[in-house]
Amino acid sequence: MLLEVRDLHVEFHTREGVAKAVNGVNYSVAEGETLAVLGESGSGKSVTAQAVMGILDMPPGKISGGEILFKDRDLLKLKPEERRRVRGQEMAMIFQDALSSLNPVMTVGEQLGEMFTVHRGMSRKDARTRSVELMDRVRIPAAKERVGNYPHQFSGGMRQRIMIAMAMALEPSLIIADEPTTALDVTVQAQVMDLLAELQRELNMGLILITHDLGVVADVADKIAVMYAGRIVETSPVHDIYQAPAHPYTKGLLRSIPRLDRKGRELYAIRGLPPNLLHIPPGCAFHPRCPMAQDVCRTDVPPLYRVSDGRRSACHFWKETLDAR
Amino acid sequence: MGRYVIRRLLQMIPVFFGTTLLIFLMVNVMGDPIAGLCGDRRCDPATAAQLRAEFGLDKPVWQQYLTYMGNVFTGDFGTAFNGQKVTELMATAFPITIRLTLIAIVFEIVIGISLGVVTGLRRGRPVDTTVLVLTLVVISVPTFVTGLLLQLVLGVEWGIIKPSVSPQAPVNELLVPGLVLASVSLAYVTRLTRTSIAENARADYVRTATAKGLPRRRVVVRHLLRNSLIPVVTFIGTDVGALMGGAIVTERIFNIHGVGFQLYQGILRQNSQTVVGFVTILVLVFLAANLIVDLLYAVLDPRIRYA
Amino acid sequence: MPEPLSSDGAISPAGAGGAMDLAMAEGASLEKAPGGPQGTGPAGRPRSLWSDAWRDLRRNPVFIISGLIIVFLVVISLWPSLIASGDPLQADLDDAQKGSGPGHPFGYDPQGRDVYTRVVHGTRTSVTVGVCATLGVALLGSVLGGLAGFFGGWWDSVLSRITDVFFGIPVVLGGLVFLSVVTSSTVWPVVGFIVLLGWPQIARIARGSVITAKQNDYVQAARALGASNSRMMLRHITPNAVAPVIVVATIALGTYIALEATLSYLGVGLKPPAVSWGIDISDASPYIRNAPHMLLWPAGALAVTVLAFIMLGDAVRDALDPKLR
Repeated sequence: MLLEVRDLHVEFHTREGVAKAVNGVNYSVAEGETLAVLGESGSGKSVTAQAVMGILDMPPGKISGGEILFKDRDLLKLKPEERRRVRGQEMAMIFQDALSSLNPVMTVGEQLGEMFTVHRGMSRKDARTRSVELMDRVRIPAAKERVGNYPHQFSGGMRQRIMIAMAMALEPSLIIADEPTTALDVTVQAQVMDLLAELQRELNMGLILITHDLGVVADVADKIAVMYAGRIVETSPVHDIYQAPAHPYTKGLLRSIPRLDRKGRELYAIRGLPPNLLHIPPGCAFHPRCPMAQDVCRTDVPPLYRVSDGRRSACHFWKETLDAR
Repeated sequence: MGRYVIRRLLQMIPVFFGTTLLIFLMVNVMGDPIAGLCGDRRCDPATAAQLRAEFGLDKPVWQQYLTYMGNVFTGDFGTAFNGQKVTELMATAFPITIRLTLIAIVFEIVIGISLGVVTGLRRGRPVDTTVLVLTLVVISVPTFVTGLLLQLVLGVEWGIIKPSVSPQAPVNELLVPGLVLASVSLAYVTRLTRTSIAENARADYVRTATAKGLPRRRVVVRHLLRNSLIPVVTFIGTDVGALMGGAIVTERIFNIHGVGFQLYQGILRQNSQTVVGFVTILVLVFLAANLIVDLLYAVLDPRIRYA
Repeated sequence: MPEPLSSDGAISPAGAGGAMDLAMAEGASLEKAPGGPQGTGPAGRPRSLWSDAWRDLRRNPVFIISGLIIVFLVVISLWPSLIASGDPLQADLDDAQKGSGPGHPFGYDPQGRDVYTRVVHGTRTSVTVGVCATLGVALLGSVLGGLAGFFGGWWDSVLSRITDVFFGIPVVLGGLVFLSVVTSSTVWPVVGFIVLLGWPQIARIARGSVITAKQNDYVQAARALGASNSRMMLRHITPNAVAPVIVVATIALGTYIALEATLSYLGVGLKPPAVSWGIDISDASPYIRNAPHMLLWPAGALAVTVLAFIMLGDAVRDALDPKLR
């Protein structure tokens, strides 16, 4: 297994108290595999990724438990300098908003070239040549002329291509993409997603795709992990989950996607608000919003029940949920 | 870019005339420009009238202003109280004040920015709190008190420096006065850098730089600092003009014969030509500094350059 | 074009320009910012900027200490005889420059006047100048700047150029020119001068925050619903624009006190027989070597007073600006 996150706990120490952002997350990614992590904002999907990447702001963040095994090493036990060498070379990250994620006062050439000068000790000139190659590879037109441009001179789609190029630069074995297409125009989203998937296949990388867009997931993901209140509530191979969700929250998410074949029907919305991480409800964190909640949900934290091979659901009533479709 | 410079230059024209007119009015209407011309006595009415006619003071103020400005543009700044040409006074005074100002700016850059970076990266830690309190104290104690105290301690008690600067004002004698002149701005630079660093440290592009696996040092210097220093550089740029105008107090304490000293003499002796002449130059310096800062801003921030 | 922060540093640091720089240096934009990380702010009860700020201030030791010092200063400036019953003008040359003795804890000044009594009575001068100048500056500045920001157009352009003119005059220099011909020994010429040179600073702040407030969606909505100009200004814009003005004005109060002392030190501020710390420091400075106490006591009082106001402004700004929490 390329990456295995085991029982990860992350909390944030704020003035109002301790916010439990991640509460015992387990997931894994193999080489060439795509894991989609789904959830609302505040579900802990980005925080988990930042913990894996080692870019969590600490303080206020704190990893209070668990292991992150990457190529059989526990990243949490590495020295800061060893950890730094993993970043960029062996795993890389693509962020949501490429405009703010790129340095506004450095040319894209400098920012791409930095990967080669710092990690590979290349000369500036060689690094520049490699930067142009990278830009070509992510299909930025007139790469040679544009290598000296600044991020704000590119369109949103082109900027995200530059982010992708930067992540791919040293051909890492794992890419974490945090909502890579959310900030883009719908027409551009598909192109960027296709490019990402294509490069992943070519380099046989593991990909963690963080998103709240179920439409994107269906096309590219191999398996799905749904997160709620810092926990994984359902994991599944991608097709099964669309056929029959085994958790009421997943079901709610699926039913809230607008679909052409259900035109005219009322759009479903999960009632209530995401939980306050300072005061996560006892029992199943989803129970205040769950249409199926019983007394047991208010008291007992549901374990991840085995639904079938590769499928797990953290719902006391996963059978009923499966059947109730 | 070219059009931008031209527009800025055009905007400066009314400001230049407005400021100089204001000072001209203050000096000529509020004070009595010939009061200082007859030595320590009051001029007798006949002489006074003659002097007024001679200097064109019987004409309306706006006409006097135009005449004066006309002369200024031909390089004639008039004569000072002791019969010296104002331009000659300037030739000795400005180099000294410029030297003093440069020393002050160097202090601002070296000490202010270093402290700002250190505290900005360690917000909430003891270093940060200590420096913050210190900057508040420096800002709160007026420059003239700081100056007098440093003069007392370093100059009189410990004898490390000369309490009074010699007329040539060599650089080594100007170090402590330069620090005094810089003190308040230095505290601002520290606070400004700190805030800027602290804000930018949370920016997405810094997170990206960390995610790229760059060493911490490179993240800070190449990514964080380069962005954070834009407002600081612009502040220091405009401060050049402010420091030169504000040097009066420092120059008086350490007896430095610079611009402030000459101005102070001119004001005490009510010599309007000296005062208006020096102020005109100071206003020009200030406006030029502002223009340079605006252009610098564009150089430092490509988003403005290509906008 | 960027609003150059820089041009505010125009006025000499010793003087009125300071407050602006300090406030700007800390980013005086006082828009409401979202709560803690991960959006974990307690849901439910809406909290206003002001009640939030007040709750913060009550727990802030800086605010409490500076507040107490200021209350004390105001009380003794109203009733100086409470703690110093002597006459600040009574002089006996036999006592000149003497150190402290029974009943005269701070000793005597160069004219043989009691330093303690003079320091206490000097409070009134400083506080009067500070308060009156700040009120004048705040009123004039916020009205002119507010109108310029609200209506824009030619009035805005003219006002911008006028403020540029005033910023172009170094404040100590202007004070020397303007005040050297005044012979009155009251505080009013100094107050008038500070108002004359100080208002553009507040005008800029007020203009900026009115423009920001005007662009808020809810103000646009009110406009679209046909709210009248006067109603918009009173109900929607003023409350938002007031906070930054208060912050800058509080800090400015401290710097105005310092400015009065500086001008008095230079011999153009207050004139004897007025009792002013600046005059006392100036009188004492030739004897700094033999009788430093004559300088240190008024200088200390001055520094503590200015510090108290600046710290108060600092604390208020921190409370009103949630951005940096």
